[in-house]
Amino acid sequence: MNVRPCGDRAVVLDCTSLEEAQGWFAALHGQAEVVLGARTVLLRGEPSALRALVERTTPVAPGSRPDATVVEIPVAYDGPDLDDVARLTGLGTDEVVTAHTATPWTVAFGGFAPGFAYLVGGDPRLAVPRRSSPRTSVPAGSVGLAGEFSGVYPRSSPGGWQLIGRTPVTMWDSGRPEPALLTAGATVRFVAA
Amino acid sequence: MTLLVERPGPLSLVQDRGRPGLGHLGVSASGAFDRGALRQANALLGNDDGAAAIEVVAGGLVLRAAAPHVVAVTGAAGPVTIDGRQVPAGRALRLDTGQRLAVDPPTWGLRTYVGVSGGLAVAAELGSASTDTLAGLGPAPLRAGETLRTGVGRPPPHLEDVPALARTGEITVDVVLGPRDDWFVPAAVRRLLDDPWQVSPVSDRVGVRLTGGVLRRARDAELPSEPCLRGSVQVAADGLPIVFGPDHPVTGGYPVIAVVLDAHTDRLAQARPGQVVRFRRRP
Repeated sequence: MNVRPCGDRAVVLDCTSLEEAQGWFAALHGQAEVVLGARTVLLRGEPSALRALVERTTPVAPGSRPDATVVEIPVAYDGPDLDDVARLTGLGTDEVVTAHTATPWTVAFGGFAPGFAYLVGGDPRLAVPRRSSPRTSVPAGSVGLAGEFSGVYPRSSPGGWQLIGRTPVTMWDSGRPEPALLTAGATVRFVAA
Repeated sequence: MTLLVERPGPLSLVQDRGRPGLGHLGVSASGAFDRGALRQANALLGNDDGAAAIEVVAGGLVLRAAAPHVVAVTGAAGPVTIDGRQVPAGRALRLDTGQRLAVDPPTWGLRTYVGVSGGLAVAAELGSASTDTLAGLGPAPLRAGETLRTGVGRPPPHLEDVPALARTGEITVDVVLGPRDDWFVPAAVRRLLDDPWQVSPVSDRVGVRLTGGVLRRARDAELPSEPCLRGSVQVAADGLPIVFGPDHPVTGGYPVIAVVLDAHTDRLAQARPGQVVRFRRRP
């Protein structure tokens, strides 16, 4: 892990894997304002103080974390790109659904929109490119795939992910004590509904 | 106590200090782009530092008072009138019942702040009344015919006029290189620091887009998404820099060549299309 400069109010921990970044995130969350990326952790604060904090911190080892929350998300697998995903992966549409539901996903990090969680750790056969042209409007609750990631659109927005289904679950509600349903580290199981 | 929006202009938003500390939920801080101007308006009125005010982009706002109010206008410089009579900016002003306050398009800068004694009483979302234009949080942009409620004010303190902001044809901001300056050829880093950059008209609260020379990458690999900040200078696939503003995405997929010092990011709120921005390596 390298500590990289990031302006005068933050540093970036540059890790070699998501697991390593998650370990630093878990160890530092609560001691500083921490934002997790795919391979990086952003720490906000005075850079020299943050470097000292990192010096005296040991990242949490993978597997030694307390049991993560498990969130089940029911999905109707009738998305407009389901056939394209089947063609791109060489799987039948039923096999796409099975692959998406059989393997638990992990919330890697948030971004793009409030409550949007980048999920990793799914079946590697589901890695597909984004749509060549993004949609101007993707309905809230759409379940999509892009690269190694899966995710659920928390609200209607433009988007370029391949849409395989939809869920009625509310991903984001500013009025809830914990507005985002999916937070970094949680485990997600999709269930065909 | 209420103010009626007669004309909102091209874009007028409610802004306060924003909602910091929620990056892990995918929420940027948002808040006033020119935080210094918001602070000045509230200081003139005796309000709390971060009371909600109106951020007016390129003028055009007309408000009518439904009761007596005390208001203050800061930020970009341009004609401000009450019932057609020019009034000074940077000072607490009395607005009587029925009077109209008009903020015309600025002659310098881009964003004007209209504060009111007691602040705007707007429902908070995640602890802030700021409009985050990217995330879709906070109140909608002001509309003609809308009524704005205000809080209970204190008597304004006796203050000297706040000084007008420094005016120059160019905006210079200091940067710290990194975290991904090593993704660019050395000539690109020199070009970032040595060349003048022009503000693109498609700039907004998400980012100030700049045009000029192309910043060539040394690595073509795809960068795994990583967290960004207000002030991050991200270089998109076309090689042109974007300096992220208050409504920036929480994570970005393009390398950040440098980050503008936090205190200097306010200056970019006043960057007009075509204006020159220069980056100076933090001395």
